[in-house]
Amino acid sequence: MSDRIRVVIAKPGMDGHDRGAKIIARALRDAGMEVIYTGIFQTSESIVETVLQEDADVLGVSILSGTYEHYAKEIGGMLRENGLGDVLFLLGGTVSRQDVNRLKGYGVAEVFGAGAHTQDIVGYIREWAAAREKAG
Amino acid sequence: MEVASLAQRVLEGERRALARAISLVEDGRARDAEILAALYPHTGNAHRVGVTGPPGCGKSTLVNALARTMRQRGLKLGIVAVDPTSPFTGGAILGDRIRMGDLVGDPGIFIRSMATRGSLGGLARATSGVIEVLDAAGFDVVIVETVGAGQSEVGIAQTVHTTIVIEVPGLGDDIQAIKAGILEVADVLVVNKADQPQAENTFRALRAMLDVGAPHSGAAGHHAPRAMLAGEDDGKGVEKLSDKGWKIPILKTIASEGQGVEALLDAVQAHRAYLVEGGRLAALARARVASELETLLREALLAELADSLGPQEIERTIDEVLARRLDPHSAVDGLVRLARRSRRGKGRRSRAGVQAQPAETD
Repeated sequence: MSDRIRVVIAKPGMDGHDRGAKIIARALRDAGMEVIYTGIFQTSESIVETVLQEDADVLGVSILSGTYEHYAKEIGGMLRENGLGDVLFLLGGTVSRQDVNRLKGYGVAEVFGAGAHTQDIVGYIREWAAAREKAG
Repeated sequence: MEVASLAQRVLEGERRALARAISLVEDGRARDAEILAALYPHTGNAHRVGVTGPPGCGKSTLVNALARTMRQRGLKLGIVAVDPTSPFTGGAILGDRIRMGDLVGDPGIFIRSMATRGSLGGLARATSGVIEVLDAAGFDVVIVETVGAGQSEVGIAQTVHTTIVIEVPGLGDDIQAIKAGILEVADVLVVNKADQPQAENTFRALRAMLDVGAPHSGAAGHHAPRAMLAGEDDGKGVEKLSDKGWKIPILKTIASEGQGVEALLDAVQAHRAYLVEGGRLAALARARVASELETLLREALLAELADSLGPQEIERTIDEVLARRLDPHSAVDGLVRLARRSRRGKGRRSRAGVQAQPAETD
């Protein structure tokens, strides 16, 4: 993996509310990460293909349209099919708390919903990267 | 993963392997050299096209449109899109893909975003290595999109075969057009956003600039600083020869609507044909290798020098200069002399076996 943490930030589906995604992208940049921002209206296929081409360490998907279950399942499955199961898959947006465990079953490592602090996300990614480094 | 097997998979066109190989080259550690060494014999086939211009002029949008047109003509292409690294945090937002959404998922296209990681000049240090990897992977064309460039980011011209410089209406008067800088490295000039009211003025200013300037009368090759390694040369190897028989076309495009892009690709391919004719491409390749070797040699020598001097000696010299007891030029002379002596010393020591020797023969 790369020296710098590379993160893909993507918004799937018909959801144009990208303010949160941009704030996260900016916060990760300020934390020294390289953030590949794909823009809005992405398909699951294009998101996973982007992760592959960019050799990303982390994928952050932002969904505010309530379709998170569908996309978490689809993207999680495609990541594994493409040998990208070791990519840290994070979900953000408006997510019902009671669904979090089911989403984790699809391969989502953590959910950062409304009210999450950007520094929590930065901290989570850094800890994950440090643990991965240690594991070699 | 074994470097040899990774290289093999890159040559077979496996995309995951390609992505990993690019990361290795980008990180520039020891394995970087190994993977490049394994792939290098398979390079040299791709047409390398650079796209540069000021921030917001439509580089990514034009690359997107150009790439679609290239696909229609049956070409496979790799795209390297460079965006700046923050000098304060080391982080970067790589946003060129936002405009290239059409291209993802096409197996004939591979896009890689790169941060400059501290390098100036519009490209990252590893950009040319990444181009080699894409070339080896069998792409017909490799497009390199620079960071938003101003007047001096001319490194792209030494890295690619054909440089497209994009201008947009409303950025300045005709004096801007005759200043030195990226306009001079253009093989093809584009006025993008040609539907804007000032477009005709911009077009005319550029046309006038070219009419006055051509044929290029300057003695020096106009393409960026000449490599020292090519110093024996009469300059032919360094010039991109755009000034000898190639009439730089100025084209109008509206990239967001794909207008003018067919003509742009025609011009790019005509430039390629022009370079192939009469061995110009070979001369260009030679110049590029000379300049690349010079850069690497400089880095290697600097590292060796710093190593043989040790950090304390360098710190001490910095102090001397700060205190104004030494000027920077004399300081460098002194350091070079010292390094030479210590290297000779080391040579003798290894032959003699043990003794530290006070060799003072300079």
